[in-house]
Amino acid sequence: MSQEDPNRFIADHVIGLPRSGIRDFFELVSAMKDVISLGIGEPDFTTPWHIREAAIYSLEKGRTHYTSNLGTIELRREICRYVDEQFGIGYDPKSETIVTVGVSEAMDIALRAIINPGDKVLYQDPCFVSYHPTVTLAHGIGIAIKTEAASAFTIKADAVKEAWEPGCKALIINLPCNPTGGVAEKAELEEIARFAIEKDLIVISDEIYAELTYEGEHVSIASLPGMRERTIFLHGWSKAWAMTGWRIGYACAPAELTEAMMKVHQYSMMCASIIAQDAALEAMKNGADAVQKMKVQYKRRRDLVIRRFHEIGLVCHKPQATFYAFPNIESTGLTSTEFATRLLEEEKVAMVPGTAFGKYGEGFVRCSFATGYDDLIEACNRIERFVKSLDASGSKFSENAEVTRLSN
Amino acid sequence: MNEVFKLLAEGERLNESQMAEILGLSEKDVDAQLAALQEEGLLLGWIPVLNPSTGSDNIVRGVIEVKVTPERGGGFNRLAQRIARFDEVESCYLMSGAYDLLVVVKQSSLHKVASFVSERLSTIEGIVSTATHFMLRAYKEQGYLIEQVEEEKDRLDVTP
Repeated sequence: MSQEDPNRFIADHVIGLPRSGIRDFFELVSAMKDVISLGIGEPDFTTPWHIREAAIYSLEKGRTHYTSNLGTIELRREICRYVDEQFGIGYDPKSETIVTVGVSEAMDIALRAIINPGDKVLYQDPCFVSYHPTVTLAHGIGIAIKTEAASAFTIKADAVKEAWEPGCKALIINLPCNPTGGVAEKAELEEIARFAIEKDLIVISDEIYAELTYEGEHVSIASLPGMRERTIFLHGWSKAWAMTGWRIGYACAPAELTEAMMKVHQYSMMCASIIAQDAALEAMKNGADAVQKMKVQYKRRRDLVIRRFHEIGLVCHKPQATFYAFPNIESTGLTSTEFATRLLEEEKVAMVPGTAFGKYGEGFVRCSFATGYDDLIEACNRIERFVKSLDASGSKFSENAEVTRLSN
Repeated sequence: MNEVFKLLAEGERLNESQMAEILGLSEKDVDAQLAALQEEGLLLGWIPVLNPSTGSDNIVRGVIEVKVTPERGGGFNRLAQRIARFDEVESCYLMSGAYDLLVVVKQSSLHKVASFVSERLSTIEGIVSTATHFMLRAYKEQGYLIEQVEEEKDRLDVTP
């Protein structure tokens, strides 16, 4: 590295950090025209008007100052009421919850609050793009727990035990899961909870998609016996309330842990935007109907997309939550990246390669169905045409499949 | 309530082939469900939602508060139904409060609304009084916003 190279200033653990696979794919897509994107990890709905109106009112009233580091007490009260009602976990609004700049910040301060350099952190894979890098940025070591299509991408207790090694301090789980749509299974969670207690693991549970559960009941690991004391519960308004751009979320945890997170938050963020906090308060008080309406639409779109994938011949489990389908594309003989790139080039449909979400995402692509019916119907037709064209090109198919298997 | 009805109630503008695709039905099934809805009287019909503030015709909308004498046995129904039958009447509702019927009348001129009220409506026996208001400007029509800054759907092409 030459004396002039600015890279010499960059910290080792940052320079070694890979760019998000999403970023690469984004650049590919944005260079093209007329693409139907099923690669968008956020609702297509705009934030419900009553929430936006509350934010306007907040500005009119001149609410433009800092709030408490933890967030406004009104919002914290509503958060604790909601978490108690919906998840069955009791937290004290004064000392056990902190409002953050989205769940991403909550994850960051949670990890920075608990990780010593070299601590190992278990996380499910495939998972949200930020988990592993955030662990690395906190000077921890990430260890992937494999989740599989065969078990609909829930986290199996056996897989946690298999991945565990001495030095593991924390376990990150995200159920319902972006990108797989995997949901929590109570029996597995109970066994994972017992294992966490046995190995004295702290659990960080990101439950941002809980409201978008279409079948069955969402269970939080924090609600299981003995888990409240060792769990940091993360949630926010981005997905179910369609508030991604507001950057607003929260963490709930025992007072000592909340205090530790608050210290990191206090010196880096001060507080979340007051306007976003006021909007979130309105979402908590009066947002349930709007959430329900959006949920009905997502479910219908899911049914459409899953049915079409089956007709097309792509194996895909039916996600019981989230707005993501995670079809298996191995039958095409292509890798995730080849499939996604060729689909984009040949049919102008964007889906994110599963590998952007971790090594166990190979063989899959993520399809976000948070998009209008017109585009969904047309995109499925194009995917069908693409998969058929691969079928027609025949024999090299099986050869490729062989190569894929070998390279795994 | 059939599947097609639920889909329609969500307010998306969809043609029959799209409905069939979304619901996983054949177009024939969608047709049958639509026919059933009309038969049951749940679905009354299809009309385009026009912007009342524009268009080549000068449309005048009168909103008329009508007080009537209710009748033994029938209450307001007979009079309300009689008023509703006029082609000029776009909608007609029984209301609680200071008056009984709310009648919305659509005509091509102010004069025509006035003559409907004075010659037709107020001469019906049982009508006690009328108060006519003229609609000046529409901001929302049947759920559609009018002449407002359009919402931007500026999501990035790919996001985590």
